[in-house]
Amino acid sequence: MTETVRYNSHPEYAMNKTLHALRLILATALAALSLAAHAQLSIEITGAGAARFPVVVPIFENESALPRGVSDIVKADLERSGLFNLVDIGPLSLPESRVPDLADLRSRGADAALAASVIPQPDGRYEIRFRLFDTQKQQEIGGQVLRMAPAQNRLTAHRIADFIYEKLTGLPGYFSTRIAYVVKSGARYELQIADADGANPQAALVSREPIISPAWSPDGQRLAYVSFEQKKPIVYVHTLATGQRQVVANFKGSNSAPTWSPDGQQLAVVLTKDGLSQLYVLSADGSGVRRLATSSGIDTEPAWAPDGQWIYFTSDRGGSPQIYRIPTSGGSAQRVTFEGTYNVTPRPSADGRLLAFITRNNGRFQVAVQDLTTRQTTILTDSTRDESPSFAPNGRMILYASESGGRGILAAVSSDGRVKQRLSVQAADVREPAWGPAQKQ
Amino acid sequence: MKQLVLPALLAALLAACSSTGGPEQTGAKVEDRAGSGSGVATVTAPPLSGSGIAALTDPNNILSKRSVFFDFDSFVIKAEAKPLVEAHARFLVQNPQMRILIQGNTDERGSREYNLALGQKRADAVKQALQLLGAKEGQIESVSLGEEKPRCTESTEACFAQNRRSDILYSGEF
Repeated sequence: MTETVRYNSHPEYAMNKTLHALRLILATALAALSLAAHAQLSIEITGAGAARFPVVVPIFENESALPRGVSDIVKADLERSGLFNLVDIGPLSLPESRVPDLADLRSRGADAALAASVIPQPDGRYEIRFRLFDTQKQQEIGGQVLRMAPAQNRLTAHRIADFIYEKLTGLPGYFSTRIAYVVKSGARYELQIADADGANPQAALVSREPIISPAWSPDGQRLAYVSFEQKKPIVYVHTLATGQRQVVANFKGSNSAPTWSPDGQQLAVVLTKDGLSQLYVLSADGSGVRRLATSSGIDTEPAWAPDGQWIYFTSDRGGSPQIYRIPTSGGSAQRVTFEGTYNVTPRPSADGRLLAFITRNNGRFQVAVQDLTTRQTTILTDSTRDESPSFAPNGRMILYASESGGRGILAAVSSDGRVKQRLSVQAADVREPAWGPAQKQ
Repeated sequence: MKQLVLPALLAALLAACSSTGGPEQTGAKVEDRAGSGSGVATVTAPPLSGSGIAALTDPNNILSKRSVFFDFDSFVIKAEAKPLVEAHARFLVQNPQMRILIQGNTDERGSREYNLALGQKRADAVKQALQLLGAKEGQIESVSLGEEKPRCTESTEACFAQNRRSDILYSGEF
């Protein structure tokens, strides 16, 4: 590097202009790359559930032995869900090795309490032992032992929060899941993967051209998305662990809106190779394309129902964009939405009971949810520019894109509309969120 | 040393920018839950090299006009755009070796994917007009950029109108 700096100070060399330009481009590219990892999402809770479960999560016994803490992250996870009220007992820790004074904890207003200890291991790792107690029934609810490397404090905390959430609500937690989204800063697009709380963001792809519609494979190992890097929309499948990318749909015309089958073997996509935007199904390696439906309008935004039997999609075949569903084996489409003149982006919950989508309500685009059993629809948000809803794996929360102060932000709302959060990145547009599947533990 | 630096920089630059074009590219590794990842893939658009035909870029020639604008929620080519479409059709008929890419665009309101489909209808409208005027199907690819590449980025009607358009690109320009 010292050599190159010296050249820069001698402008008489004809070569220098080229060198300087090259160096500038390189420096810009490197700076841009290093900036990426620091744009972390920050979360603001804007609403909470009505009845919140009071729980004590104390500082872990011997937690100061850890280079980076765990209990604060557990508390933040539970707090953010809007379902828990963290009862503060000060700097007191409750060792895992003995039953805490449950009557005392109950008198402080807690219905449940975590007792947890950190035990350093000879190999440099740490053992986290914890038990959860019911202060009303005066009994242990359950416990676990986790082993972690020092850098795994966040993941460990998310697992503990998942455990508490599941034991106290009866639903699986979602704190150790990941989210994908696209950050646009200037003319630069970055596909990022982060923890569900927005921490630990990592760039999977950086491009000068737009990236849209990321879709997680059911095993959480791959993302399908649409990239415009070849001056037209092409569908790629990207393996996260290796960074390997494969073109799976690059037919004449536009290729877009990928969605995975529940077994991860197939993709539904939208192609225009035969004219209008229509639905096709192909293998996840891009082979064996077949047309799923034929209409005289636009068919787009397919989403596979978790039972594998149906594909929900948006179509304007009836004059305005509405949500329909069609059997995966082919056949005739059934209309799903009837209220209003703009209902798009259907996304079913993992249990198949709810369908989230975007509805236009008096000129404002908002997140709505339909109970697929009762057919009742509820609008969950009061914003104006909502897009791209996706459910947490347990169906309790819906992540979506919205707008605030002229910038794209991510937001989440509970499927009953009570809990609301906003996630934003400083000085950048965030869009196209997709909530990943439950992580195998 | 002078001789060594330039090739090294060039090599580094090429490594940073060469990941275009191929069907198989390497993206960034993203941390597996057990391990740690590193490196980021950067994809960069290839530079414009141009078709080499002066008429296409001569500002006094109608062929240098490449944008066809549409009304809100409309896919009909307006009368004012007819001379432009006719000129490009004539050029394609006279130059059967020429290929074009038509990129349809929409304003920013609503779903990105639905807008992608609407942009496709705008691209197809221009494609069909060119074919009716004698251009061959094989000369034309129509694609959509949806709301992703706005020419104007304010949320005003004047701006939205700029973005409801199809652009014609000739070989070497895309």
